[in-house]
Amino acid sequence: MSLPAAIQTRSLSIGYPVRGGGKRVVHAGLDLALEAGCVTCLLGRNGAGKSTLLRTLCGLQPPLAGEVLLEGESLRTLSPAALSTRVGVVLTVRDYPGGITVYELVSLGRYPHTGFFGSLGVADHAVVREALGAVGIAAKADRLLSELSDGERQKAYIAKTLAQECPVILLDEPTAFLDVPSRMETWETLRRLAHGRRKAVLLSTHDVESAVRMADRLWLLPETDPEGASGAVLCGSPAEMAADGTLENFFGVRLPQGGF
Amino acid sequence: MNKVRFFWLYAALAAALLSLCCIGLMRGSVQIPLRDVARILTGSFDGREAWRHIVLESRLPQTLTALLAGAALAVSGLMLQTLFKNPLAGPSILGISDGANLGVAVAMIWLGAASYLSTILAALIGAGVVLLLILWFSRRVRGSVMLLIIGLMLGYLASSVISILNYHASADKVHQYVMWGMGDFSGVSIAKLPWLAGFVLAGLGASLLMVKPLNALLLGDAYAANLGVNVRRTRFLVLACTGVLTAVVTAFCGPISFIGLVVPHIARMLTGTDNHRHLLPVTLLSGACIATLCSILTVWPGSNSLLPLSAITPIIGAPVIIYVIVNRRNFHYFQ
Repeated sequence: MSLPAAIQTRSLSIGYPVRGGGKRVVHAGLDLALEAGCVTCLLGRNGAGKSTLLRTLCGLQPPLAGEVLLEGESLRTLSPAALSTRVGVVLTVRDYPGGITVYELVSLGRYPHTGFFGSLGVADHAVVREALGAVGIAAKADRLLSELSDGERQKAYIAKTLAQECPVILLDEPTAFLDVPSRMETWETLRRLAHGRRKAVLLSTHDVESAVRMADRLWLLPETDPEGASGAVLCGSPAEMAADGTLENFFGVRLPQGGF
Repeated sequence: MNKVRFFWLYAALAAALLSLCCIGLMRGSVQIPLRDVARILTGSFDGREAWRHIVLESRLPQTLTALLAGAALAVSGLMLQTLFKNPLAGPSILGISDGANLGVAVAMIWLGAASYLSTILAALIGAGVVLLLILWFSRRVRGSVMLLIIGLMLGYLASSVISILNYHASADKVHQYVMWGMGDFSGVSIAKLPWLAGFVLAGLGASLLMVKPLNALLLGDAYAANLGVNVRRTRFLVLACTGVLTAVVTAFCGPISFIGLVVPHIARMLTGTDNHRHLLPVTLLSGACIATLCSILTVWPGSNSLLPLSAITPIIGAPVIIYVIVNRRNFHYFQ
């Protein structure tokens, strides 16, 4: 593709430091490129390191080695404030503040753009309203988060990320805990944002079937061996990967009962 | 809630606080009419000298102390509840008051310190140690109930060290400490009041400046970090602020339970929001009101002595907490 990569990694090692100065490497030598205008879906079994990768890409966790480039700039050189306007995240956190409204949640997305006291200006209010409209939750703006369904709450969090005005949106299992209609709506919302607004969207999920049908690109994250060696991350479009048997190999080996 | 309703809420709280202060100044072993209280305060009173003395040297400092202490404890409670994402956190539950308590006991009984500056310093050190321990445990313990239990355990540890100190102390020192330990808004003289007021107003001012990061912390540490909040620094500032507020109030008034735990809940019921922009000022005002009310209730009708504060705050606090827990499904912040 001729588009510049929204996120690029160079020989990236992800994992955790362990007590005594050692490291537990989950994956090493990752060279990935996340493209703008695409929904990229990260697939892999539990423990394959999907969350670790997402957390590393958005700077919540430092890389063990190598580097992450955001539109060509190293993550290390970006200040927390600058970073917060580049990458927005939606996480699988099941606890949320029940006592704030959807509007207040989305307003918090303006955090990097507002002053010391966090007061919203006219332009900020416009961005918030626009974000609410973009994910289709404007009608519930004055509801408390505790009054929403899981799917609506997920949309509200996506709207918060939009209000941050970042070119990159990372989502950790945004469709977990959702019923089928809300799951499809969330997918539709993400596709609209990627295709309509040229956002780079990367999400992890266990829902292989939807991922194959809805995503533009797939990243298949293999499991790590106990020795720390892992296979390369397989990248490609769902159609190609289905045609050349990559998908079947990836899941067929791991899921003997027939995968998806 | 819209702006108009918030305006009326603030107006009502201010009016309540003003009336409670007036009652606090009028009521006591001697009833002084409001007109005379006003004249004494404005300096145009030419009646009995004893009345002037009672109002200026006893009731005025007691009322102002109650007001400041209540606001300080309530705001610390709210900040701790947000920081630990636990609606049952509070300075007395997490053992911070007990830490301050232990610091004072060590200073009073063991080192024989009597000046109030050394008491404040001792309380600050004690509260700071417990806060650091809680912070250390909060990284290692998943689940907020576990953290509360650790806080209770730290409180018990502090109490048992205090008992051991008491056992080896002379009778008059023990008496001095026990009297302090009852909790009392009347122990602060007009000369000491500026010290209390200075620390409390500084702490409250700092807390009002932290409204924006506190709101981001509502979303959880990871979301806050993604919004550009320096989570580690914010956590430290919030804890430093609560530590100073709790320690200073404990040093001057003794351990006061329940206000820090209960008032944020009352404020949430009044405002219906977790947004600190309104929740924090409403908590501050409600804390001042409720502590002033408690201070009034310590004056038993027809008696010269004051009831201990530790007998009053649970009567107001415990039923509210039980009500909140029993009806927690109706309260959005319990999810």
